[in-house]
Amino acid sequence: MMRIRVDSEKCQGHNRCFVVAGELFTLDDYGYAHEVEDGVVPPELEEKARLAVTNCPERAIFIEEDD
Amino acid sequence: MTTEQVPQPPKTITEPVQDWTKDYDIFDQGYIKDPFPVWDSLREECPVAHTERWGSSWMPTRYEDLFNIARDFTNYSSRNVLVVSGEPPPDLDPDLERAASAGAPPITADPPIHTWSRALLLPVFSIKAVAAYEDETRELCASLIDGFLANGRADAAADYAQQIPPRVIASMLGIPQERANEFTEWVRGFLEYGLTNVDMRSGSAMQIFTFLHEQIQLRKANRGDDLISYLLDAKVDGAPDPIPEPHVLGTCFLILVAGIDTTWSSIGSAMWHLAQNPQDRRRLIEEPELITSAVEELLRAYSPVTMAREVTADVEYGGCPMKENDKVLMNFPAGNRDPRRFENPDKVIIDRKINPHIAFGVGIHRCAGSNLARMEMRIAIQEWLKRIPDFQLADPSAVTWAGGQVRGPRKCAVTWS
Repeated sequence: MMRIRVDSEKCQGHNRCFVVAGELFTLDDYGYAHEVEDGVVPPELEEKARLAVTNCPERAIFIEEDD
Repeated sequence: MTTEQVPQPPKTITEPVQDWTKDYDIFDQGYIKDPFPVWDSLREECPVAHTERWGSSWMPTRYEDLFNIARDFTNYSSRNVLVVSGEPPPDLDPDLERAASAGAPPITADPPIHTWSRALLLPVFSIKAVAAYEDETRELCASLIDGFLANGRADAAADYAQQIPPRVIASMLGIPQERANEFTEWVRGFLEYGLTNVDMRSGSAMQIFTFLHEQIQLRKANRGDDLISYLLDAKVDGAPDPIPEPHVLGTCFLILVAGIDTTWSSIGSAMWHLAQNPQDRRRLIEEPELITSAVEELLRAYSPVTMAREVTADVEYGGCPMKENDKVLMNFPAGNRDPRRFENPDKVIIDRKINPHIAFGVGIHRCAGSNLARMEMRIAIQEWLKRIPDFQLADPSAVTWAGGQVRGPRKCAVTWS
């Protein structure tokens, strides 16, 4: 199972993850991103999750995979 | 490569640059027009270049170095983000001097002031908050185009790009749109002509401060539904009193200055690119959903902004002996063309999938207005292509560019039939 996690210490609110994968992230009032649903990524959104990671200029998003 | 221990006044060197690795000049006319070959060779030969022109400064051109330095706000302060330092005019009205004493936070602030002053701004520049200005931006773009559509020609920089951000910012601040042309000239005096001319810059700054100071006094008597009123009532961390008035003025100054020249440069570069690339115009018309990635790609390829940092204490970076008070130029535009980070960096690929560009900076000073800039770019491109799907540069050699710290076309005549 794939999970994503936003490191709040690193996120600066570029909002790129939200734009490429709005199903997986939510923005707070300040524009900082947070993962939704405990970061669980449904299989059909795995590609979008990877795009969120590679487009984040702050390298603030991490993917964790386990079985 | 050595620099004096004692801060030296900026040197104005007018001889042409022979060696860009140790004597670069970001205000060189050829560089302003076409900086890309310089960045390409610096990235390989001397990834952190140095100069004494306009004062001692260092210029990283690789993405990774820009990433590291931008995030290190302890060694690299934002207290002075312009390359050529200026002093306030000596005969300043004491009232105004007091009013203007806070700088332009958060861009010129370091933590801890940066932290709360930025927190005040972020909610009013969120994706949701800027969406409220989308309809009026669309109407504005449409009416600008209607004004010149029948002529078959217009200056995409001066008649279009330059007209949009000042009016959107005026609307946010609740200041009269009729004065947009006036404050466009002040902002150019500050951030364009004034970059290398400190007298002009402080004169322009005083005009902006005076104007905003008046607007703040009006709003104190009579609040409106605008950003100035919001800032006047803003409180930080449960403090009993609102933030000090000089801080309100400084932040309004930042919003006006930073929101105009930069976004208009981005829109202008986008128009310049589209005028020369019919295949990108066609794709944007046939596949309108590409506009989001196209805006990011145009931001990457034609990033306008190079802010500076000031070294807080002697430090070595990548073998470079940086001295206290040296400037470091955050050449995000060069980093965004680094082949180590981007495939085919010089190619504009409007559906580029992997694009972690740093056009808005990286780290704690990420441009607070990035969502507003994106919205304006998107709408400006959409509305233009809706009415003028085919157009070209009237004369490629007649296009003029401003540059140094904010790069974009200033004259860009285009024609259509």
